[in-house]
Amino acid sequence: MPASPMFNPADLIRFLPEIILTGMGTFLMVLDPLLNRRESKVYGTLSLATLVAAILAAIYAYSQPGPAFGGMLMVDGFATFFRVLVFGVGILTILPSFSFLKRQQAETSEFHALLLFSIAGQSIMAAANDLIIIFIGLEISSIASYILAGYLRDDKRANEAALKYFLLGSFATGFFLYGVALIYGETGSINLSVVRSVIVGPDAPLPVIVGVAAALMFVGLAFKVSASPFQVWAPDVYQGAPTPVSAFLSAGPKAAAFAIFLRIFMTAFAPIGHAWMPLVWASALLSMTIGNFAALLQTNVKRMLAYSSIAHAGYVMVALAARSQIGTAAVMFYLAAYACMNVGAFAVVSYLSGKGEQYQDIEDFAGLAQKQPFIAAMLSIFLLSLIGVPLTGGFFGKFYIFKAALESHLVWLTVLGLLNSAVAAYYYLRLLVMMYFREPGDAASSAEPLTPAFSAALILPAIGTLLLGIFPGWVLDFAGRSASLVK
Amino acid sequence: MNLLLLVLLLPAAGFLVALGAPRSSPASSRYWALGISLITFLASLALLGWFDRSLGGDQFTVDLLWIASPEIRFHIAADGVSLWLVLLSTFLTPICVLLSWNSIQNRAKEFYAFLLLLEFGLVGVFLAQDLFLFYVFWEVSLVPMYFLIGIWGHERRIYAAVKFFLYTMAGSMLMLAAIIYLYNRAGTFGYAAILDQLASGRLAFTPYQQMLLFLAFFVAFAIKVPLFPLHTWLPDAHVEAPTAGSVMLASVMLKMGTFGILHYALPLFPAAARRCAPWIAVLAIIGIIYGALVAMVQPNMKKLVAYSSVSHLGFVVLGIFSFTQLGMDGAVYQMLNHGITTGALFALVGLMYERRHSLEIEAYGGVATAAPWLSTVFLITTLASIGLPLLNNFVGEFLVLQGAALANFKWAIWAALGVILSACYMLWMYQRVFYGELREAVRAHMPDLNLREWAVVVPLIAMMVWMGVYSKSFLDPVGKTTARVLEQTQVNVPYRVDLRGSASTEVSRAR
Repeated sequence: MPASPMFNPADLIRFLPEIILTGMGTFLMVLDPLLNRRESKVYGTLSLATLVAAILAAIYAYSQPGPAFGGMLMVDGFATFFRVLVFGVGILTILPSFSFLKRQQAETSEFHALLLFSIAGQSIMAAANDLIIIFIGLEISSIASYILAGYLRDDKRANEAALKYFLLGSFATGFFLYGVALIYGETGSINLSVVRSVIVGPDAPLPVIVGVAAALMFVGLAFKVSASPFQVWAPDVYQGAPTPVSAFLSAGPKAAAFAIFLRIFMTAFAPIGHAWMPLVWASALLSMTIGNFAALLQTNVKRMLAYSSIAHAGYVMVALAARSQIGTAAVMFYLAAYACMNVGAFAVVSYLSGKGEQYQDIEDFAGLAQKQPFIAAMLSIFLLSLIGVPLTGGFFGKFYIFKAALESHLVWLTVLGLLNSAVAAYYYLRLLVMMYFREPGDAASSAEPLTPAFSAALILPAIGTLLLGIFPGWVLDFAGRSASLVK
Repeated sequence: MNLLLLVLLLPAAGFLVALGAPRSSPASSRYWALGISLITFLASLALLGWFDRSLGGDQFTVDLLWIASPEIRFHIAADGVSLWLVLLSTFLTPICVLLSWNSIQNRAKEFYAFLLLLEFGLVGVFLAQDLFLFYVFWEVSLVPMYFLIGIWGHERRIYAAVKFFLYTMAGSMLMLAAIIYLYNRAGTFGYAAILDQLASGRLAFTPYQQMLLFLAFFVAFAIKVPLFPLHTWLPDAHVEAPTAGSVMLASVMLKMGTFGILHYALPLFPAAARRCAPWIAVLAIIGIIYGALVAMVQPNMKKLVAYSSVSHLGFVVLGIFSFTQLGMDGAVYQMLNHGITTGALFALVGLMYERRHSLEIEAYGGVATAAPWLSTVFLITTLASIGLPLLNNFVGEFLVLQGAALANFKWAIWAALGVILSACYMLWMYQRVFYGELREAVRAHMPDLNLREWAVVVPLIAMMVWMGVYSKSFLDPVGKTTARVLEQTQVNVPYRVDLRGSASTEVSRAR
């Protein structure tokens, strides 16, 4: 459907979260020169309020579900789920960054403005129903993230991370754009539903060309979610970026990229699912295996979490390979659980790493349980959830994913995936061993006292992890209902 | 309030409260753990009183919806086997609290909290009637034991804790895959509903599917038992664990495996179980003899008792896979006996370690002179462990051997060899530790039992004698339940397996 020239006031309501985020992001940039540079609490607090407002706006927009701007956006349960998810990740990124930025003496408004822009991009991705809008959202989100990765500009590793992320990310976007161009050339449309109907219609383009376009988009998106074999950038970037940014990168952009992954492949390319499924299958297995086995060898916690996030992308790919509505719901649930536990784990790392981030080794977690029992307990919850122990969100996430996979008869992928998660237990256990079974070292002893914002940054995801693990029905019901809207 | 729910939730509540206790006063944590575990034990005794012994089926059922979709129910109930295993757990927890009274000074609050969490997990495993719930408890019980070994264990505790966790985790992942597969086929996690579908033929597996599913469950359970050759985590975990950890691990946790085989693997996949029975019985017998031989050459008392566990658990598995009423009764009885006797052995070894700070047999000698009561108690436990008549293990081993003989006479002969060997290694160890020349180091560090330690050993000894003399009081409900299991593994076999097409006709008729 070509965009209708008629302007509909409901469109603005459906676009309200993005308006709030970009408006506030711009305002923060303007505010900076007017204020004293040391007033970072103001920027942080304003950003938090903005994100809370954006969540409310997203929920309000969902009260009037439907397409906006002539079908370029689609505000449905699916979009709302991912919007709220990325806004939540934003909140959990800002909370620990108060003390982090203070410690690094890098309290500026740019950090928060860029973060809000990036989240706005992800919010657009969540609701996009049109290949160009998807691309725009992807670019807004990515460009802001590139800068965020290099935010600590005096840090060599951060520079390396930003450059690597930018170069490889641009390549990936290029691939994606090639795919879009091919599809537009062959089907004459960029609207996902139209593309789908053309593919199955009488004037269908050559299957090879559609396949190539799908493969090109797959490459671009696999890069964004750090799935194998396009995961190579992730460890360096996660390790080099400022820790709160690593937390953000591992959850927010990834969730949004999976959202468009689902939108594109479960709507436009659903008819050729048999063709792309082996690709996803192989990528899932590779990601799980490479991520888990490489994580076994790491001594730097951020790097280990980076590899673990590759493995987790692999688990999500398993649910994608299931190509079913249950699989879609499983992806959504898993990403919510993953956001809670992974952002929480990174928050602990950022708390412990100290000035100049010198404490990032696994050894530095030694004896944390004796010096900081509360933080150790919170990190244990996140780690047990990452392992997939019952009564945590990570367990139910895995359970739904592998249930979906078995329902689609992916028996081998399920068995290999589950055995993979037994391997994964080893490296998460190493951190538990350090915290609980060893005597305290420098890092644990020199940790600063907890601030209220930081406590919230730990307690909120911990509550989320446990709620998703004990009452998964609340989120799963919504995910299940929303998953059916992807058509 | 349902009594069974109370028994399950009391330790969980105790755990939460213990977590919130002040760090500064370990005594309050100790008294709290003792109090709550004693109340739990009393509640479970009341359970025994109200249990209708004339029925073999599930009692005290609690069935609540937990998660709507996929439907997962909080469904617990007790039958004639799980009742005793729950009692065993609640009986041993206060004993473990008393055992740790002085030896656990470091981070006492967490220790008792984890002990209560462990009790919660164990009781839940035995009571769950929903496969999913069962899996949840199965994994939940893993976490506190991991910490118990890892924080309060001996020198190589970290290696032992991680090995223990990973072994169990690898097994349970296979089981999880099988559980999800079962759910996708049956449309429910409810155990009774799945059994109904199997019995009526609405759910049927090809022999190949059934074999894979059986093996997925069985390997998870066999690791926990542990069945030879999957036992290698056990000596490490037992030796490195603190005394209370060893007791809970040996007495209750290993029973999770044998209980799982009896309660899940057999009724769900009877044809595959019967096909595998000869192989498994051979592995069990190898375990019996291998465990005994390795125990004989151990210089370390705890390791000796650990290997004797491998041997004793072999009897349990052999009894189950004899597919006879006698053998299964004996197997269940042997689970309880092993819980009491080996629990007592670990407790006594722990008491000696507290005095002499060594587990090496060489470091002792002449203890009988220095601590006569301790030696007497140890002797009774040793005799119980080697199967002296009028003590508990005799009854169980006798029944198992009888059942094995009915199934295959050669099995009984080989297994009986294990009984003889157990007398050798246990008595030899007793002789070296308690008799002989009294060493000065032993004399100086070996006071006799004090009041708290008497409180630990008297209930255990009393149970050994009671279970040895009047086994009928235990075996009645057990027999009803094992008879049901046996029935499930016989009657339904032709219905459940597509053997030469006969079952498929049954299936189509049922539809």
